[in-house]
Amino acid sequence: MIDLENVSKTYSAGAPAVNDINLHIDAGEFVFIVGNSGAGKSTLIKLMLKELEPTAGRIVINGKDLKTIKHRKIHLLRRDIGVVFQDFRLLKDRNVYDNVAFAQRVVEVPNRIIRRKVPAVLSMVGLAEKYKSFPKELSGGEQQRVALARALVNNPPILLADEPTGNLDPKNSWEIMNLLEEINNRGTTVIVVTHNKEIVDAMQKRVVTIQKGMVISDEKAGGYLYED
Amino acid sequence: MKIRTWGYSIKQGMINIKRNKLFSLASIATIAICIFLIGLFYSVFVNINHMVEEAEQQISVTVFFKPGITDEEIANLKDQISKRAEVKEVTYTSAEEAWEEFKAVYFGDHMDLAEGFKDDNPLANSASFEITLNDISMQDVLVNYLNSLKDQGIRQVNASENTASTIDTFGKLVAYVSVALIVVLLAVAVFLISNTIAMGITVRREEIGIMKLMGASDLFVRAPFMVEGLIIGLIGAVIPMIVLLVLYNRVVLYIITHFQQVSSFTIFLPVKDVFNILGPLALVIGAGIGLIGSMITIRKHLNV
Repeated sequence: MIDLENVSKTYSAGAPAVNDINLHIDAGEFVFIVGNSGAGKSTLIKLMLKELEPTAGRIVINGKDLKTIKHRKIHLLRRDIGVVFQDFRLLKDRNVYDNVAFAQRVVEVPNRIIRRKVPAVLSMVGLAEKYKSFPKELSGGEQQRVALARALVNNPPILLADEPTGNLDPKNSWEIMNLLEEINNRGTTVIVVTHNKEIVDAMQKRVVTIQKGMVISDEKAGGYLYED
Repeated sequence: MKIRTWGYSIKQGMINIKRNKLFSLASIATIAICIFLIGLFYSVFVNINHMVEEAEQQISVTVFFKPGITDEEIANLKDQISKRAEVKEVTYTSAEEAWEEFKAVYFGDHMDLAEGFKDDNPLANSASFEITLNDISMQDVLVNYLNSLKDQGIRQVNASENTASTIDTFGKLVAYVSVALIVVLLAVAVFLISNTIAMGITVRREEIGIMKLMGASDLFVRAPFMVEGLIIGLIGAVIPMIVLLVLYNRVVLYIITHFQQVSSFTIFLPVKDVFNILGPLALVIGAGIGLIGSMITIRKHLNV
C-alpha cells in the first residue's frame, strides 16, 4: 500500500529532515509513527501527500509512483489518503454537515449520494445529532470527530492522522483512537503520527520510531520507545 | 469537470463577488468605463467611416472641354481617364444635357422663361465629364493628371476642395487616440480584476488548502475564481451597452436638430447596424478581460 525506498529530504540548509528512510506498510495495517518534535514526522507526511519532493529515494502509494505522477493527477493521489490534523482544520463558516459534505463536493460527488453518505458517516463518528452545529459550538473532541468524518466520507484506502489527539484531553483522545481502530477494522489502512506515549503503549500496534530523520526501530506490536 | 460542478462553481463565484463587494464594484466600474469608451469611439468611428464612404460617393471631379473639341477626341479622353486606377466611373454630359438639367433645376415649372434661349444654348461649352473616385485621397493625383491633359482639349478641372480628406484625417486621429486610451484602460481593468480575485483567494486560502488536501482537481479549485472574473467582466460589458443603446439615438437626434449644417451632409448609421457588431464585441472584450485578469492571479497565487 505504501512504500518508501531510501527516501531522503534535505532542506536548503542543515542536516536532512528525513534521512534514507525505508518503510513498507501493507493494506489494512494500523501503524503508529512516533518520535520527538523535529524528528522528521511532519516532513514524512508532507512527502507522502506530495506537498514536498524528496531529495532522494522513491515513494509509491497505492500503486502511484510520486516521482512520475503527472502534476494534473496529484489530486487523484490525495483522494487515496484521508487526512486528519491536530488543529482539525474545519471551515468555521460552515456547519458540521456542510464541512463533511464539502469533502464530497470537491471531488464532484453527486448531491443525492452526498445526502445519503454524510449522515451515515456522521452517525458513525457519533455526531448525527449535531449536524447543524458550527465548529465553534463543538468541543475539541467533537471537532476532531467531524474532521475524521470528513476524512472518511470519500472512503479513502488510507487514513493519515497527524497528532489527532494533540489538542484533546485523555477521554476524548481515547474516543478518537477507538474510532480509528474501528475504521481500521473495516479495512482502511490507518497511519497515526503521535507522541502520545500512553495511547501507543496501550494499543500494542505496529510502532515505527523516527529520530533525527531516521527509522531507529520498527516493532510489530510494541510500545513507545523513548520519552520526549 | 462535470456540468453539475459548474453550477457549484458559479455559485461560489457569486459568493466571492458578494463577499468582496467594494473591489468587485471597482472592477466592474473600470471595465464598464473602458467598454463604454470603446463603444463610444467605435460608434463615432463607424459613423465617420460611413460619412467618408457617403462623401466618396458624392465627391467627384468635373472636367470641361475646350471649344471645338470633336466627339472622337472626347471618346479618346474618356478611354484614357477610365483606365486610371483611382477612377471609378466617368460620366459624359453633353452641352444639351447640361442645359436641359439646368432648365429643370432653375426654371422648373416655368419652362416658357427658358424659351428665349431656344436656339442659343448658353451652356454650349459646358459639355463635361463627371469623374467619381474609388478613393478620395487620390483626388489630388487625379487632378494633376487631368491638368496635364490640357493640351488634349481639357479646358478646366473642377475638384471639390479637400472636405473629403479632412474627414479622412479626422477619422484616423480619432482612431489612434481611442486605441491608445482603450489599451491603457484595458490594462487598468485587467489589473483591477486580478487584484479583486487575489483578495478572494486570500480570504479563501484556508478553504483552498483543505480542498487540495481532499483531492479537488486543479480546475475545481480554479473555476470559482474564473467564474468570478467572467461575471465581473460580463456585467462590466452589459452596463455600458445599455447606456450606449439609450444614448445613441438621442445624440444622433440632438446633432441633427442642433447642427443643421452637419445634418446636411452626414447620414448616421442606424442603431441596429452599430450594435450588431458592438454588442457581441463588448461581451467578448468584457469576458476576455475578466478571464485574463483572473488567470493572471490564479497563476500567481493558486499554486495548484
